[in-house]
Amino acid sequence: MSRVRSVLPIALSCLGVVLIAAGILGGELPMILRKAIFICLECIGIG
Amino acid sequence: MVRRIIQALTALLYNIHLKGFITGRIYQGSLKKVCVPGLNCYSCPGAVGSCPIGSLQSSINAVKYKVSLYVAGLLILFGSILGRFICGWACPFGLVQEVLHKIPSPKLRKKPVFGVLKYGKYVILAVFVLLLPALYSLQKGVTIPAFCKYICPAGTLEAGIPLIALNESLRYTIGWLFYWKMLLLTAMVLSAVFIYRPFCRFVCPLGAIYAMFNSTAIFGLKVDSAKCTHCGICTGACKVDIHPFETPNDPECVRCGDCIKACPHSALKFSSVYTGTPCTSRNVTQSK
Repeated sequence: MSRVRSVLPIALSCLGVVLIAAGILGGELPMILRKAIFICLECIGIG
Repeated sequence: MVRRIIQALTALLYNIHLKGFITGRIYQGSLKKVCVPGLNCYSCPGAVGSCPIGSLQSSINAVKYKVSLYVAGLLILFGSILGRFICGWACPFGLVQEVLHKIPSPKLRKKPVFGVLKYGKYVILAVFVLLLPALYSLQKGVTIPAFCKYICPAGTLEAGIPLIALNESLRYTIGWLFYWKMLLLTAMVLSAVFIYRPFCRFVCPLGAIYAMFNSTAIFGLKVDSAKCTHCGICTGACKVDIHPFETPNDPECVRCGDCIKACPHSALKFSSVYTGTPCTSRNVTQSK
């Protein structure tokens, strides 16, 4: 197994976890929630 | 059969707020902070999670050079672990297309034009998910989810149709945009009867993101080069027109497993990169 092939998925997963943590700590969750709890008029085709 | 059950359960789990389909009101609880891995409109009356593509677009703010790290992180995490397993096993709109493809009809496969159309999803990702929301936010200060607004047939099917059917007030606001999206949905539904998962292969920006991870994801498809005779039966069975024995982790592979079932030598299997020798086109070639 090549070293890169074995390390890359773990490295990417760790990067994902770090970004998720950074986003949560940066206060992004309320923004995601705000968009998701109201009907998205664009999504349903009338916005 | 197992995959079909998982697809159905996933679709149900994403949309477990069943009361919404009766009341016409969407779920507003805190679970919507979490993005689901598949394409599932957050305005679907049953949706209990957020759509990653919708959330990504709405988070883009070019004025502040911002994009949601949280959503980007989730996409990288899902992609690096599962790649396009998510498309094949955990996407409700993929399930809809597969069911439509079961309708008896002539099936269009291995057309040269598909080799060009497959790049469409990357163009849509770049233009409608990233560029247009960024440009709009630069000009107006707020962003628009351009993909959701102008293209996404999943939003029309899962949210537009049920919400408009259940809310009289929304019916009066229908305009050209709704009819345009209905036209796109109709085109997608009809083409899915003849072509296997046309939206996933040619249009879906989420599929494009996961496709970029397919060759590096932890879980993927593996060829046992000792068993593979290069008979090509797997290529014949593949509905997305790839050559599983040569490129088992092709970006187009949605991990449906049809090649595994078709292989008479049991040379293909789903596997993790950490179990046994990883399969590459190189070691398959070496075994010839």
